[in-house]
Amino acid sequence: MLLKLLGNDQESRFVLLMLLAVTLIIPLCNLIFSAGSAFYFSAYTVSLIGKYLTFALLALSLDLVWGYCGILVLGQGAFFALGGYAMGMYLMRQIGDRGVYGNPDLPDFMVFLDWKELPWYWSGFESFPFALLMVMVAPAILAFVFGWLTFRSRVTGVYFSIISQALTYALLLSFFRNEMGFGGNNGLTDFKDIIGFSLQSDTVRALLLMGSGMILIAAFMVCQWMIKTRLGRVVTAIRDHESRVRFLGYRVEMFKLWIFVFSAILAGLAGALYVPQVGIINPSEFSPLISLEIVVWVAVGGRGSLYGAIIGAVLVNYSKTVLTGLFPEVWLFTLGAVFILVTIYMPDGLVGLWKRKIGGFKDE
Amino acid sequence: MKYRVTYPVKFVVLVLMLFSFIGTSIAQEEATELTFSATVSRLKVRALTAKGKAIEQLAKFQNSRKILILQALVDGDLFEVRDSGQIVIAESKEDKYSIVLADNGNGIGLVESSAIKKIKLNNRLRSKIRSLVATLQLNSAAAEVRLQAVKTLGKSINQQSLFTLKKRAEIEKDDDVLDALGLVIALDNLNSTDRLIRLKGIETLKQKTSLKAVNRLQAIIDKNNEGQFIEPDAEIRKQANSALVKIQARLQVYAVAETVFFGLSLGAVLVLAAIGLAITFGVMGVINMAHGEMMMLGAYTTYVMQLLLPHHIGLSLILSIPAAFMVSGIVGIGIERGIIRHLYGRPLETLLATFGVSLVLQQAVRSIFSPLNRSVITPDWMSGSWQINDFLSLTWNRLYILVFCLLVFAFLLQILRRTRLGLEVRAVSQNRNMAKAMGIPTDRVDAMTFGLGSGIAGVAGVALSQITNVGPNLGQAYIVDSFMVVVFGGVGNLWGTLVAGFSLGIANKVLEPYAGAVLAKILVLVFIILFIQKRPRGLFPQKGRAAES
Amino acid sequence: MKKFLYKTGLSTVLSALVLMAGTSSAVRAEDTIKVGILHSLSGTMAISETTLKDTMLMLIAEQNKKGGLLGKKLEPVVVDPASNWPLFAEKARELITKEKVASIFGCWTSVSRKSVLPVIEELNGILFYPVQYEGEESSKNVFYTGAAPNQQAIPAINYLMNDIKVERWVLAGTDYVYPRTTNKILEAYLKSKGVDAKDIMINYTPFGHSDWQSIVADIKKFGSAGKKTAVVSTINGDANIPFYKELGNQGISAEDIPVIAFSVGEEELSGMDTKPLVGHMAAWNYFMSEDTTKNAAFIKQWHAFTKDTKRVTNDPMEAHYIGFNMWIKAVEKAGTTDSDAVQKAMIGIKFPNLTGGMAQMLPNHHLSKPVLIGEIQEDGQFFTVWQTNTLVKGDAWSDYLAESKPIIADWTAPISCGNYNTTTKKCSGQNY
Repeated sequence: MLLKLLGNDQESRFVLLMLLAVTLIIPLCNLIFSAGSAFYFSAYTVSLIGKYLTFALLALSLDLVWGYCGILVLGQGAFFALGGYAMGMYLMRQIGDRGVYGNPDLPDFMVFLDWKELPWYWSGFESFPFALLMVMVAPAILAFVFGWLTFRSRVTGVYFSIISQALTYALLLSFFRNEMGFGGNNGLTDFKDIIGFSLQSDTVRALLLMGSGMILIAAFMVCQWMIKTRLGRVVTAIRDHESRVRFLGYRVEMFKLWIFVFSAILAGLAGALYVPQVGIINPSEFSPLISLEIVVWVAVGGRGSLYGAIIGAVLVNYSKTVLTGLFPEVWLFTLGAVFILVTIYMPDGLVGLWKRKIGGFKDE
Repeated sequence: MKYRVTYPVKFVVLVLMLFSFIGTSIAQEEATELTFSATVSRLKVRALTAKGKAIEQLAKFQNSRKILILQALVDGDLFEVRDSGQIVIAESKEDKYSIVLADNGNGIGLVESSAIKKIKLNNRLRSKIRSLVATLQLNSAAAEVRLQAVKTLGKSINQQSLFTLKKRAEIEKDDDVLDALGLVIALDNLNSTDRLIRLKGIETLKQKTSLKAVNRLQAIIDKNNEGQFIEPDAEIRKQANSALVKIQARLQVYAVAETVFFGLSLGAVLVLAAIGLAITFGVMGVINMAHGEMMMLGAYTTYVMQLLLPHHIGLSLILSIPAAFMVSGIVGIGIERGIIRHLYGRPLETLLATFGVSLVLQQAVRSIFSPLNRSVITPDWMSGSWQINDFLSLTWNRLYILVFCLLVFAFLLQILRRTRLGLEVRAVSQNRNMAKAMGIPTDRVDAMTFGLGSGIAGVAGVALSQITNVGPNLGQAYIVDSFMVVVFGGVGNLWGTLVAGFSLGIANKVLEPYAGAVLAKILVLVFIILFIQKRPRGLFPQKGRAAES
Repeated sequence: MKKFLYKTGLSTVLSALVLMAGTSSAVRAEDTIKVGILHSLSGTMAISETTLKDTMLMLIAEQNKKGGLLGKKLEPVVVDPASNWPLFAEKARELITKEKVASIFGCWTSVSRKSVLPVIEELNGILFYPVQYEGEESSKNVFYTGAAPNQQAIPAINYLMNDIKVERWVLAGTDYVYPRTTNKILEAYLKSKGVDAKDIMINYTPFGHSDWQSIVADIKKFGSAGKKTAVVSTINGDANIPFYKELGNQGISAEDIPVIAFSVGEEELSGMDTKPLVGHMAAWNYFMSEDTTKNAAFIKQWHAFTKDTKRVTNDPMEAHYIGFNMWIKAVEKAGTTDSDAVQKAMIGIKFPNLTGGMAQMLPNHHLSKPVLIGEIQEDGQFFTVWQTNTLVKGDAWSDYLAESKPIIADWTAPISCGNYNTTTKKCSGQNY
């Protein structure tokens, strides 16, 4: 039933199945088996995999606009971080009077910087549904305004990429400012619980992983479905020849805008799932370098295939985890070299390589 | 001639020194009749108060060498010979020091730097010596020495120095010195109890373009915390106010000039950082994320050149310019031949590959030079400033960089316009296939163009090494700004880059006093974003068919 | 074909999963005691942190030469959190749960410590944090071996006010939590000493700020009001060189307007052209130029270890030196590396400073330290012009901030709390 929704793309099905397995097996093993058992996954592994899954969602959101609509966004991290901040603000409010100063309303960083009352934009975040709404609305509004301005005046190609980088850079600088009321460089930390459950408990962690996995699967399926609809086909056409589509009478900017906004929402969701699992959100998530890295994940995995983005995000981050532990001094060489080699020899990423190989089998 | 000091001899010397030390301190208690040499030798005591006393006593002697010694002390050229305890003035000669005895000027010869140790001062002693030297120099024959002396003494005025200055004013002939003396005396007049003298002081200050005058006059018309005037005399307040208005009218002009200079010099840095990118990105369409690292390589080249020529800092800086061009240029050609060549027609993918290159280069620099910042020394002719008056001074390093930026720009423009390479570059960038059909070796042109862009980035790195840190993160700090400048100016247009860099620099500096440094930068970024909506292809869009794709 | 794809794919992924589960749960025979080193070796903070990693490796090697600890060899586990704050938390978890280290030495920036804190507290690890910081924190699991604001900033202000007779103050800092808090404390302190608000100028700039022209021009104007002016600088790292260069070029010398810095040490100076800096000051708890036998031995050891006689030592290195040796003593005292036992044993441990005097671990997990003020010399070293007569006890919660005034930290019974409010008698904000 589930598989039917996806049509007959076997690679997608396969990735989906893998995701499902990871989403179910790891948290369950973590909860059922005790430490020491061969099937036990430690809290470290759980939070690590949970993080990978949110990155995968983030990569998916970028692949949708870049791979299918040809818009290279060098500021995708901004939407991710906004979603993260929205969730972080909720978690901050959840601390209540358990902060170090015991102030029931103000987060700690506001207390010692002498803020007297909560700024207006923090109101409402004590409610989970509202925060959840903002997780999607905040990036959506930013994407809408930015997209509306740029697409309408036909800013394309590298110009768009560079000014999307300017956007995230401007946000980075703004969030660094302590006057903004988002905790400055330190950002938001010291979260205690989510909807009343302690973030440090194994169950919550397992559930967060499951949640991330489920949302990733859902997003993956929705994206798969979307690119097969008329909207999706127009969008792909825009990627391949924008002016031709425009001459055919389509309102190109509207299509671009909607797919851009949708991708921003996905990125925001990824950020919201990321924050409770790593326990911190700070302005460095806005840095242009992070957004560049997201592009690299997608490129390594394979731009223009949704499951490729997922594979890329997981693989690059997994190797980062391993290499920073194994070769702390030289891992950047390896990572840099991988990027160079992938772009030169695997123009369609790992997925392209895989396909070519399978293609080779088929020919025989 | 080399002394061979054996241990017993050393011991004897030590004992003798000890005795002489005790001897001097006894002598000091008994009477103040110390010889000049003995006073000089007392400069080496470690205790700062005793050192201060020795300095004061030294200044009292009628000895022609005392100014020389005090000047050497404040400049950090006065040393103690480790073995003999003699006080010497040392001058750096290659790896060694040429030393002369401080008290009589007899030369000793060359010694290793480990054989002598510097006589240390703190700020208080340093300023004490400076004012002592200034007092002594007040009667110097050279007018500029006297002027400097008046300025030094004017920094912190006391009864004694005021008296000396007033006496000097009576006999002073030189106009500039008189002017400086007049300011100091007028400022003091305001403290007088005599109303007429105060009014006269205000009258004099009206003519002066001096920060101190402004602050002093402002203090007269200020109110205290209860909202009452600090100065009870209404007439004085009125006069002070009108004097202040007058000075401030002049000030406005200087303030504008200063902001423009600040803006231009920031702009020059932006243009330098961006201009190489204007070639690799603007002309070739390669999104070169390793551009910042090319600048970093240039800055490190400067550092290496200094290591090679440690005694000719100025020369090494000048030689660094071609060297950095070569180093970054060759690395650039290497990157083009090895990587980018495979990626033409896929511009967005050059971004990924060059991002990888930038990671590798950064880590390479960390491995070779250590992750610490490297110290690049600024030559003397690039430090300090051209002091036009109290309100306007142009710092030399910024001024040089501004000029350098324009030179680099002109050089690049000439290459593109006048040389065969330039012609080929323009041909290839306008229509690659047609150029190929005309027999232009596009491969070679691509490599040369990328090399040129990278080389220029390296040259920019030399300039950056003079104003910022030379470390592995140097490139990262400028890469986003560089892209902004190129895009704002219009891809593929060098003039656009120049105009964009300078206008962004000035905009930033105009906003900074109102908004603060961070907000100014944010506002400029938002402005760029909005501007691109209006003119999607920058200030100076490329025309023609090629621009469409 | 389809079958092949599924078979190979499924089997690889499943085996990878089992492998991950296996390695993460396997308990290795413990013949060594592992020490985690959590310092960035790449990214923006590598500049400062790499040295601390080397320091730790040296200290551990030295300890092993002496026979290790509890009869076992110490084994350093180095990871690279790459100046990425969430990665700090992840690596801390890796060190504790996967590598099972007995303690972690690491972090530099406040945000990295804040990121690690929940992990360390949850897993009941031990972290030694070696850098001066803004205070307002005391965790059961963290030992703060750097200076609290009262061990650096307040004595420096006292020196300027009493000895240099400064009346006008510029508080310039990078816009992040350490300068913000320090300046808040200093502002309150200055006002309590009767300094008028008009005589205080506060300025914040972003990280890596490189264009100081306007700000230095402002400082120059502010400093020409006829009162002695000083700049108290909490400017961070890379922004310092352009700042001092601009000061020098605009003709402001240390005699006119001295700058006292809290983040500029020997290591930062070694990467600068020191000419424009001569006479400017810094306040630290350690200077390489301090003439003691212990310090000379430490420097010699460092030069031998790095095989470079030009390498300098600095304050955070001394902090790690003291912290590491205190940990050794505490483990020996407790007879085990068990976290709770060591935490308990740590309090009250004494170890000599490199510059003289005995550092002591206080019940609030901070150290007692001497405070030194030095003027920068042309060779990049400091010339001590002032120092405290006695050791200053680190105060986690500043007495000059209204909100933190009633709060104290005391990890001994009966309080056993990092933020105990003495008026409400409540312990708040604990995470375990």
